Amino acid sequence: MDKLLFGDNQFFGINHMSEEKARAQAMRFQKTQAIMDVLDVAYDAGINTFMCTTHDRIAEIAKRVKADPVRYADFQFYPCMPYAHKYANAVTEHGMVGALREFMPKDGLLATALTGTKALATKEVDGIAKVLIDMEMKMFEGTKTPVVFIQNVFTDLLLGMGFTRALRIFDDHIREKWGAEPAYITMNMPMLLDALEKEGIERPIICSNINKIGFRMSGGFDAYLDALKSGRVRAVAMSVYASGAIPADEAIHWISELPGVESIVFGASSAGNIHGTKALVDKYMGQPA
Amino acid sequence: MEKLKVGVVGLGKMGLSHFAMVNAHPDVKTIACDGAGFMVDVLSKNIDTPIYRDYDEMLAKEPLDAVVIATPSRLHAPMVTAALDKGLHVFCEKPFCLDWADSQRLTDAATQKNLVAQVGYHYRYVGAFREMKRLIDAGAIGRITHVLAEAYGPVVLRPKRTTWRTDKAEGGGCLYDYAAHPLNLLNWFFGAPDRVMGSHLGQVFSEGTDDEVFSTLRWNEGPTAQLSVNWSDESHRKMSTKISLIGTNGRLYADRQECQAYLRKPVDGLEGYDEGWTVKYTTELTEDRWFYLRGEEYSGQLDDFICAARDGKAQALENGFASATETDRTMAMIIENAETGNAVGEARTGAPQPAKKRGWFGR
Repeated sequence: MDKLLFGDNQFFGINHMSEEKARAQAMRFQKTQAIMDVLDVAYDAGINTFMCTTHDRIAEIAKRVKADPVRYADFQFYPCMPYAHKYANAVTEHGMVGALREFMPKDGLLATALTGTKALATKEVDGIAKVLIDMEMKMFEGTKTPVVFIQNVFTDLLLGMGFTRALRIFDDHIREKWGAEPAYITMNMPMLLDALEKEGIERPIICSNINKIGFRMSGGFDAYLDALKSGRVRAVAMSVYASGAIPADEAIHWISELPGVESIVFGASSAGNIHGTKALVDKYMGQPA
Repeated sequence: MEKLKVGVVGLGKMGLSHFAMVNAHPDVKTIACDGAGFMVDVLSKNIDTPIYRDYDEMLAKEPLDAVVIATPSRLHAPMVTAALDKGLHVFCEKPFCLDWADSQRLTDAATQKNLVAQVGYHYRYVGAFREMKRLIDAGAIGRITHVLAEAYGPVVLRPKRTTWRTDKAEGGGCLYDYAAHPLNLLNWFFGAPDRVMGSHLGQVFSEGTDDEVFSTLRWNEGPTAQLSVNWSDESHRKMSTKISLIGTNGRLYADRQECQAYLRKPVDGLEGYDEGWTVKYTTELTEDRWFYLRGEEYSGQLDDFICAARDGKAQALENGFASATETDRTMAMIIENAETGNAVGEARTGAPQPAKKRGWFGR
């Protein structure tokens, strides 16, 4: 993984500090070109990886990247699935089973299984999960997707319920079908790491908040540091600035001295902030390999 | 120490996330309960937690200490009654009961039995609203006269099939689902309103229930508030609740992310709040709990409930049944006002201020 990954919260009206700012960003990035312009600034600054939700609008971005293979020769995506709102809306509209049926191939066996009154067999449930994963990956066909994440709301819901077998299904399927590294976003890194190990998943790539003030590091700051030092996890740090609460230089310097952190993911909308973070990461973490 | 045994009832939208959070709590042994269905089916094959298909059977067979109830609102009253009868601590999703007489009866029952009885109004656990409450109680903006309480979000965006959430008799609709939250915050700040007028429960896309709510609420010894709520607003990514207050010494604004204060003069005892603007963000108003799923407020309310029950407390730390009853009563006033067109509640007592007689150029 590169040392620095570019995130996408800023493009979709997600801001952990201010609803007003979130709305201003949603307005600014209304047009795909506006997103592309910022991605170009990041790419030209040497940030080659875009870690992004499988939002419908990302399909547009993927299309543009595919359309210019010379310009974007080194551009790669780290998809983060699923785009939860799509499913939440479908469930509200069609109910749980109805929503799943909406997403299944209409004439396939799984759609038939969902229509039946019989309880689903375990392998049918696994089959449905795989179809859903493949659907999320569809927009990236023809691009580079060496790492594929599962979103924190899903990871943590499954983790809390103890349904970690689903994470194992995801892990296997991403490796086998897509030839990519499966990875996990979570707000509960130490707990997730233990659970993944119990599922036989060793040294997983886990993206979680890691910052000097311990902001949203659920499970405790010390437990995070212990996990990082143990060498059991390949960590991607997000919220390194804790939504702006920590000065940039101090934040990156602190992260750079932690063992186990392979990458930082950050979101920015201005060339100044993009170049600033890139310079700090180069300074403290060295050039990407 | 022996673990607290908690039954989580209802594995729908709220129930699943409550279940995940309770199940991850280090001091809890969890049991789940829901009627048959796809989710129960899949989960019972894939997780260790026992899942009952019948509530009464679970109550009869499991030596529970507490229940978390997240079923459709219509079922709250009978299910809470059964749990209290068994002497269990109860956490119930909001709105509490559709008939506030039930809410009152259950409040009394829980009090009499010294049980922890809490309702899931999670906004009282949002750092920015907690800060707003602290500032109000400290008299930061003086006498508050002017209140605007709002909530907007994208729930019903087109005519669609009926579920309990869109059926008023089941406790669905924008008033119970959305408006309950800002109203509950107003109850927290100012108590139950004395008078409700100008209420409108409007339909945008729904047939069976309301999609938008307006109301004017008055506290005889306090402010007048306007409520503006709409769950058919796609411009909001998710539910957004905001409260603005104007008082004799300034202005307060809060939403989930931040609390903004404008003070005309600093107030004794409020450190860090100078004259003019002070903004505090979630980042500094937040504390982590044992597990994070959708926001600290969801974890926070369950953690408080679990700890109070574990420690054998005789009441909830926050969001006790009595406070949720206030909100149920406030919503009943809004419904009556909207249906009859007549103001509900008592007007200000005491002699009204006589209008000054003025001459043509009188001052």
